[in-house]
Amino acid sequence: MAQITLIEAVTQALAYEMRNDDRVVVLGEDVGVNGGVFRATQGLQEQFGEMRVIDTPLDEGTIAGLTVGLAAQGMRPVAEAQFEGFIYPMMEHIACHAARMRNRTRGRITVPAVWRAPWGGGIRAPEHHSEANEHLFTNIPGLRVVLPSSPARAYGLLLAAIRDPDPVIFFEPKRIYRQYKEEVPDDGEALPLDVCFVLRDGTDVTLVTWGAQVKECLEAADALAEKGISAEVIDVATLTPLDFDTIAESVTKTGRCVIVHEAPKTAGFGAEIAARLSEECLYSLLAPVERVTGFDTHIPLFRLEMKYLPSVERIVEAAERTLAAS
Amino acid sequence: MSIAAKFEIEYLQYLDQDGKETGKEMPAFAKDLDHMVELYKLMVSTRVFDTKSIALQRTGKLGTYASCLGHEAAHVGIGSAMRREDSLAVSYREYGAQLYRGVKPREVYTYWGGDERGNDFAEAPAHDFAWCVPIGTQCLHAAGSALAFKIRNEPRVAVCTIGDGGSSKGDFYGAINVAGAQNLPLVAVIVNNQWAISVPRRIQSGSGTLAQKGIAAGLFCIQVDGNDIIAVRKAMEDALERARSGQGGSVIEAVTYRLGDHTTADDARRYRGEQEVKDAWARDPVPRLRKWLEAQGKWDDAKEEAWKAECDDWMDNEVNAYLESKVQPATAMFDYLYAELPADLEKQRELVASLDRK
Repeated sequence: MAQITLIEAVTQALAYEMRNDDRVVVLGEDVGVNGGVFRATQGLQEQFGEMRVIDTPLDEGTIAGLTVGLAAQGMRPVAEAQFEGFIYPMMEHIACHAARMRNRTRGRITVPAVWRAPWGGGIRAPEHHSEANEHLFTNIPGLRVVLPSSPARAYGLLLAAIRDPDPVIFFEPKRIYRQYKEEVPDDGEALPLDVCFVLRDGTDVTLVTWGAQVKECLEAADALAEKGISAEVIDVATLTPLDFDTIAESVTKTGRCVIVHEAPKTAGFGAEIAARLSEECLYSLLAPVERVTGFDTHIPLFRLEMKYLPSVERIVEAAERTLAAS
Repeated sequence: MSIAAKFEIEYLQYLDQDGKETGKEMPAFAKDLDHMVELYKLMVSTRVFDTKSIALQRTGKLGTYASCLGHEAAHVGIGSAMRREDSLAVSYREYGAQLYRGVKPREVYTYWGGDERGNDFAEAPAHDFAWCVPIGTQCLHAAGSALAFKIRNEPRVAVCTIGDGGSSKGDFYGAINVAGAQNLPLVAVIVNNQWAISVPRRIQSGSGTLAQKGIAAGLFCIQVDGNDIIAVRKAMEDALERARSGQGGSVIEAVTYRLGDHTTADDARRYRGEQEVKDAWARDPVPRLRKWLEAQGKWDDAKEEAWKAECDDWMDNEVNAYLESKVQPATAMFDYLYAELPADLEKQRELVASLDRK
């Protein structure tokens, strides 16, 4: 069985679903002949033709509005925003229409569409190519916000997103697009949405994260283990609707929690998790909840971007503070 | 001098403002006088409906309402040219088109009366879009629909309507641009009623006609007298036929006038003069068609009175159906958020249910 990267898993999922469901079409800028600027749609136009892998005019609003229209008329469109920093012109169609159409029409019209976007920092890219803006979408009712963190989860969650009857924002952590390969059978098996994945069991502290930061959290757990600290690592994967039960169960067990994300701290999605912990798990907590996040600044241009992104060192220090507190 | 491009925009009118034929050969549908009577009757019923809506709002029984007064020829002309399998994406005042396609007055009242169920059309095509408040966005939903029809090789056309103000939006330009680039079966109708709330047509765009915006997109473009239903209907029929047969999309500018306020929350006296409105009433589309039908011997005062009385009864019945409908339980806000309510929202739903029981 072939070993593939996260981005190859995206391509594999798209191809699988396009082979098995005529309603699935891919649209965006450069997704056709060029196969996408990251090559996520590599080879798809050759296989499925120009009518199903559509190079659109260079206008994000157009892509987003077409996607709503396609989905409303029975297609299963997968739109690509070339970078998460270019998704803002799409937001009107996502927030005002995709997320509300089912509610607005009492179920008469639905928008089963996926918006994919390479997401997050750490690839030495120009301005607007490195943002973590998932929290701008998690406050929109009627949407799902999904972030895979491995090739297998990218494949399984993207299949689930395309099959989901509601709109999904699918943010792909571009920093780990090609970080490593793993075996991902092309068996069409979706992974469940709306659930967290416990990637590593532990007893002393829970590290809660998503996207590329899963890498740093797993490394931090290794570093903590060397110090005799047992860290549990949770990949939230679907931010909304949130599987808080899995997080609560873990934190109830460990009594300590460090939330890690790339986005700015204030009103980032970590704030929601911390608030829920204070509402529902306060008496199980042995230490204040820690957040290791990007800062409340713009992500700097790339000479400084690694100073902005949460590091293994910052995560380890935060975990140690929770242990020092009790 | 060498010319890189040049263009002209046809203006289409069959009936002048007094209901007299301009001398142009009448299209086939207009020779079916019984059909023309049906169109006239719908224009009248649309106006009766509209009057009733405003009265409901003024008495606190309806929320903010966008009147269609003066747009009846444009709207009925659009709706009556379409096939049921075509899709319609409107903004929020194209009632004449929607009533023709089976939307019930009670559904309009329900939506503007603060209840999402008004958008769950019982008899109108299920693929027609809901009312679309964010200006211009419906144009891209229509373009996406047209793309779906093209991908599936279905002989269907997506129609969107937009105002003169809406034609300034990027979504309008994006929709006609992609329609030209992909040869989509899209018909975009600009219902130019001269006013975008308080902003007049002259400072909305420097474009000589709004129709010609479609030239740059590579679409067929025409301007019609939007108060002449025969002109609107003919331009629509031609555009639909071209789109259906794969010959591409169109932009139709229907020139009309918003005789009422923008919505019931607006007071147009703040920004436009009485004389202008008075002049516009002389171009009122409803008496224009009536005069023509009377000249054809197909309509008279007795018929007018009888039909208006019938419309009154019809609308009273619709109003009653709306007023008698029960408010949804508060938990209805969760019912159509997702196909299935996510587990994470069950607690919130329970809370709402308990508040509703108090």
